[in-house]
Amino acid sequence: MGMIGKAGVPTASEILEPSSASLMRKRIFGHYGLMIGIGSLLVIFAIALLAPMLAPFDPLDQELSRKLIPPIWSGSAKATWVYPLGTDGLGRDYLSRLIYGSQISLLIGFSAMLISGVIGTTLGVLAGYFGGRVDMVVNFIITTRLSMPVVLVALAVVSLVGNSLWIVIWVLGLLIWDRFAVVVRSSTLQVRNLDYVAAAQAIGCSKMRIIFSEIMPNIMNNLIVVATVEMAHAIILEAALSFLGLGVQPPAPSWGLMISEGKGLMFFHPWLIGIPGAALFVLILAINLMGDGVRDVTAPENRN
Amino acid sequence: MENHILNVRNLTVDIPLPSGMLHAVQGLSFHVDRGETLAIVGESGCGKSLTSLAIMGLLPKKAIRTADLLELAGEDILNATESRMSDIRGSLMGMIFQEPMTSLNPAYTIGNQLIETMRRHRPVSVDEARDRAVFLLEKVGITAARSRLTQYPHQLSGGLRQRVMIAMTLMCGPDLIIADEPTTALDVTIQAQILLLLAELQKEFDMGLILITHDLGVVARVADRVAVMYAGQVVEEGSATQVFGRPTHPYTQGLLDCIPIPGKTERGKHLGSIPGIVPSLVGNLSGCRFADRCQHAMTDCSAADVGFRPASEVGHAYRCLLTPEQSAQNAAKLGAA
Amino acid sequence: MLIFAVKRLAVAILVAITVSLLTFSMIYLSGDPAMALAGESATQQDIENIRRVYGYDKPIVIQYINWLGNALVGDFGHSHYLKTDVASVIFTRLPVTMTLGAAALSFALLLAIPLGVLAAMRPNTLIDRIALTLAVIGQALPSFWFALIMIYWFGIVWGMLPITGSASWLNFVMPSVALGYYVTPAVMRLTRAGMLDVLSSDYIRTARAKGLRPVAVLFKHALRNAVIPVVSLAAVQFGFMLGGSIVIETIFAINGLGQLAWESIQRADLPMMQAIVLVLACFYIVLTFLADLLNAFLDPRIRVG
Repeated sequence: MGMIGKAGVPTASEILEPSSASLMRKRIFGHYGLMIGIGSLLVIFAIALLAPMLAPFDPLDQELSRKLIPPIWSGSAKATWVYPLGTDGLGRDYLSRLIYGSQISLLIGFSAMLISGVIGTTLGVLAGYFGGRVDMVVNFIITTRLSMPVVLVALAVVSLVGNSLWIVIWVLGLLIWDRFAVVVRSSTLQVRNLDYVAAAQAIGCSKMRIIFSEIMPNIMNNLIVVATVEMAHAIILEAALSFLGLGVQPPAPSWGLMISEGKGLMFFHPWLIGIPGAALFVLILAINLMGDGVRDVTAPENRN
Repeated sequence: MENHILNVRNLTVDIPLPSGMLHAVQGLSFHVDRGETLAIVGESGCGKSLTSLAIMGLLPKKAIRTADLLELAGEDILNATESRMSDIRGSLMGMIFQEPMTSLNPAYTIGNQLIETMRRHRPVSVDEARDRAVFLLEKVGITAARSRLTQYPHQLSGGLRQRVMIAMTLMCGPDLIIADEPTTALDVTIQAQILLLLAELQKEFDMGLILITHDLGVVARVADRVAVMYAGQVVEEGSATQVFGRPTHPYTQGLLDCIPIPGKTERGKHLGSIPGIVPSLVGNLSGCRFADRCQHAMTDCSAADVGFRPASEVGHAYRCLLTPEQSAQNAAKLGAA
Repeated sequence: MLIFAVKRLAVAILVAITVSLLTFSMIYLSGDPAMALAGESATQQDIENIRRVYGYDKPIVIQYINWLGNALVGDFGHSHYLKTDVASVIFTRLPVTMTLGAAALSFALLLAIPLGVLAAMRPNTLIDRIALTLAVIGQALPSFWFALIMIYWFGIVWGMLPITGSASWLNFVMPSVALGYYVTPAVMRLTRAGMLDVLSSDYIRTARAKGLRPVAVLFKHALRNAVIPVVSLAAVQFGFMLGGSIVIETIFAINGLGQLAWESIQRADLPMMQAIVLVLACFYIVLTFLADLLNAFLDPRIRVG
């Protein structure tokens, strides 16, 4: 039985595809979400870095004579450009607290993400690369971790161990590595079965070498995407813990804590919760946009 | 002429792409009679599958279909509403796809999927539909048909699933069946069984059958008439005897030269091949589309569109500037080489 | 199917035991539990007494086995603070949290699944863009802040809904939305991705080639397959919601397990904290186990053969 050879028919996408580097550049710069996300993150990062220069007042400086000045857009007679975002119940400048608060959010988000990233990636690579029993054990650890309620355990542990910025960071880092492990495990599994990894094994590369020079670079895209998700997750959790009074302690200007402090006064001074909440929203939105953007740009076929 | 179950005149399918219009199917005209098998032959990407989807009205949304005439059993299906088309599909015409492994819904039993087809189009009870399903499953050679009804697709082999697909298209006794590469995904031993089954059923139920394939061996065995497609156009059409016995278009000749024929092809003799690749179908096209790969190409070939013209026998036509006599000489040379 | 169920059950039990071990060891996080319990003004004698009464003088393994054994028969010990049986307090609070969780999940699914289906049916159109934008915004809204914003507008400015308590179903509207919307983006994205996948599948083409009406194609053939992964996600998210209810219940003063947990943490009521963590974890384990069974039931490829 004769078949007509499936001759090299160029598919539509082959015809259309320009070189991959220029295509990548086009994809990155053409992706508004990614650009907006990275742009806003850079701005927030710069604000955190330059806080001492940007903040007009000491964020801890209390002055009861000037308490609860509304922000300038409120139209109130008390509003003044000296305190553009107003002052809180203890007379602290809200703009300065907001600026310094970005330091706390970024520090916690980034550090907790690093800790959980190291734990999760290690577990994930081990499970994905070695498979079999190692995989079973790692899966078991992941399932166990997932069954522990994060907020509750974090609150309980912080209440028992005592709270400081670094304890919060460590508790969060130790709790939210699960997504790293799950994603890294499955991407390692995929990469591991590719020909070039088999080739590296065949020429006798050591396991460590294969993991670090063959597998890690190829799961980087997925890792970056999870890192953004977990950084946002850590920032939200810190804000929630601080909101409940068991995260960062007063008088530090954590955004979650600012919302907590403003809660009792929100009926008449809603900006007290509106402003720090909006700042949290913008920061998390920026991180998520960047993560979604990286995913779209590096693997458009995986977009969902 | 009145016996035509399907009549297609000047069917065109265009797909807009960022780089221009892809002319996937151009100026296609053919007809299928009751009790007749028409084979549409061609390489992957020559537009055969889009042709079948165009007839079924199942083209992707962005594809643009135009035609002078598209008639099924005397009814205009070119301008039919989507709701009328869905009444026709599965009832007057059915389609069998290439991938039996994925063409059945994994979540439902085959009985459910068979009965649902009939109940959609005919006012029958579940029991009546079930009896019909059992009858047809036995017809397509499935043993213990009644107990198979409660099985899920994943419990059946590829060959069995394709038989179920065939039974499913027969549920409402259609006038026309379109089989798009129905055996390509199957084991070689199963392929022949399924094809013979299709041919048999087609005769028994007196339906029209369009068999789309790139497998010439298949065509030679079951087709009454053959249309050879190249780059979105029919380049040769005629009875199976005409096209296989006296191929007139250089592409058809090249194709047949690629196949070993038992008893004719000598041991150790090299099989032919067609040099070059299929042209891109994006943008404006003119001239003969095969010219770049044709050994007999002349300057006139690229100049203007080459029309379809009758060959020496009635019912045999081709799309080439060479006369039938010149073609016959070329064919003789190919055979001798 | 049976083998699958038994295997999953074994894993579930093992996970539950591990969680109980972790929960138990929580009391040693603060150092000597007896000292913590006795308070700062206690004498050495007081601490010794407490140690003996609560069994903290026994070897840790014995303590764990005793604790677990009691927990298995529903005895989580005595609350240091409330001076009552922990289990009875928990079981009066649990239904409130379950109601909240169920309402929140229903809200999330009722919003997310239709939106995901619509987005998948018309990919890259306005409705798709709106759905995706809502998802991105939803994921960036901290739930406690969103809760406060709702309280401000719906509770105070417009006075449409009660702010605190759990007296009537109206009390549950805002908390359910605050707890549920956070799940919406994930469910919506999964539904959309699943539907896109299924809608381009061969069997949907078959269903259309059979002449089935669009409604039958969409609901009988497409949604049924697309919804299978959503079931697992919904179960997992329901578990997370119960854990996350601590924040929402505190804000809306709902008398559920979350608020009890919050109060117990503030009172350093260890047996109560342990019991709540264990109950929620076990609930999550049971939930995911049931979701796996339901999954297998929905997908004949797992169920049969």
